[in-house]
Amino acid sequence: MSRGRHYGLRVAVAIASSLILAFPLYWMIVVAFSPRQELLTTELRLWPQHFTLANFDRIFASFPIPTWFGNSVAIAVVVTGLTVSVNLLAGYAFAHLRFRGSSVVFLVLLSTLMLPLQVIMVSEFQLITALGIYGTYWAVILPTAASAFGMFLARQFILGIPREIIEAARVDGAGSLRVFLQIVLPLCKPLIAVLTLLTLLSTWNDFAWPLIALKQNELFTLPIGLLYLQGQFGSDYGATMAFALLSVLPMVVLFVAFQRYFVQGFARSGIR
Amino acid sequence: MTTLNTSRRPRWVRSTLTGYAFLAPSLVLLGLFVFLPLGWAFVISLKQTNGFGDGAFVGLSNYGRLLTDPVFWRVTFNTALFTSIVVPVSMALGLGLAMLMNSVLPVRALFRTIIVLPMVISGVATALIGVLVYDQNNGIANKLLRVIGLGSIPWQSSGPGAFASVVLVTLWWRIGFNMIIYLAALQGVSPELYESARIEGANARQQLRYITWPMVGPSTFFLLIMNVIHSFQVFDVIFVLTQGGPGNSTSVLVTYAYTNGFLIRDQGYATAIGIFLLAITLVFTAIQWRVSRTRDLVE
Repeated sequence: MSRGRHYGLRVAVAIASSLILAFPLYWMIVVAFSPRQELLTTELRLWPQHFTLANFDRIFASFPIPTWFGNSVAIAVVVTGLTVSVNLLAGYAFAHLRFRGSSVVFLVLLSTLMLPLQVIMVSEFQLITALGIYGTYWAVILPTAASAFGMFLARQFILGIPREIIEAARVDGAGSLRVFLQIVLPLCKPLIAVLTLLTLLSTWNDFAWPLIALKQNELFTLPIGLLYLQGQFGSDYGATMAFALLSVLPMVVLFVAFQRYFVQGFARSGIR
Repeated sequence: MTTLNTSRRPRWVRSTLTGYAFLAPSLVLLGLFVFLPLGWAFVISLKQTNGFGDGAFVGLSNYGRLLTDPVFWRVTFNTALFTSIVVPVSMALGLGLAMLMNSVLPVRALFRTIIVLPMVISGVATALIGVLVYDQNNGIANKLLRVIGLGSIPWQSSGPGAFASVVLVTLWWRIGFNMIIYLAALQGVSPELYESARIEGANARQQLRYITWPMVGPSTFFLLIMNVIHSFQVFDVIFVLTQGGPGNSTSVLVTYAYTNGFLIRDQGYATAIGIFLLAITLVFTAIQWRVSRTRDLVE
């Protein structure tokens, strides 16, 4: 395959763009491993002179980092499990079951996707207070899991399953639930992969709602903890970047490992 | 295909029950945590509270207050300005990078990974890296600027500087998304089109204008709407990077709503702002829906 026109120029632009885009993350890593003194110099230095782990020691000593990690993991896993299951069930229903009002209900449920959180953040807050769950895991989990994300994709994907397979199962006497569990679900693995990864990502990075729903330090998720730590440590950038690095690492690893699924998911989310 | 219908209920009842049984978890969750708060939000917006108790019913006066509130107009202006800069620039850069990534390059997959990677970084971490980089005293941005002779920019202490830092950070975060969508579109364009155009004598700019641009039209439109809606809802980055300051120069609709709802605790007013945001979102979504339907009819 020929290299095409202006090959050299294109490579140069690609390298330059990548360097610019990668720089903030590179800088985060550099600062996380730099001692405090280095950050206060006025001269320009692009790599650490002294590599240190002191920042990490400091943050682990002052804050319940493992607890916060645990909170993020627990909440992300539960929310993802709930959202994916609920939307798979709904997607199946809309794809294959015939029932009264299904098109209207489908549109109404989908429309919730374009509702900005900010519209209901105050009333949602009052709701969780009234339900008595304010400040608990459930205050974060339940409203976050109440999402139609994936319902549209699930329906589309399941519609693609050949009808003959479904019919054959029904002729054998299988009810809808069995068809769903034993036929449809095993065929949905790519869909489940995409939904799981995207939901994990958005829950892991979720900031606005946990900020409102949580109050106790021990229950903080990583984004809230990160902000809290920065509030306490002020201009101790080394510490802040050390924690930032730790908090983004799981998602970066997942992304690099499953990039294809993420990109597919990003490309299709929101497309009607 | 028949299943033995041994129950006494007619078939349509059974299938309706089954259908709604599968929907039940969705209906419960969304009903309780989306529709209920939504309805309640309209009610709250008609009240005025000072943080204690239910608040007094004041009819539409919160909305009236919006109209005469100079801060509200300021934040609306900021949100619109932010949107009008970030959206076209991120889309143009996204298209440019997509065109680049669609061409022959070494280690192309690596470049693509780097461009998309910012999308998985949380808004908080992104903003904190921004705080670090754009610190006007010790940050690397100003150090680099000084080294190449351009002098420091007051990223924190001046309105325009703070605004610029917010825009730059957001661009970094959003370029990957635009690139992905455009790249998918470009990959659907057959190379023969470009070949025949080149044979006919079209130069690069003509190819761009008469082949590339129209072929990615639907993606452009989709991105326009998605990016605009997203920009109107921007919160994380601004909240962490500038807290809306200095003054109100980087305050936007959502940070203003948050301040009113959870700091000043006038929840009615905050919700009214939220409903204003909802109205704008609906307008843009309706536009998208309208245009995409006519497009489908035409095609």
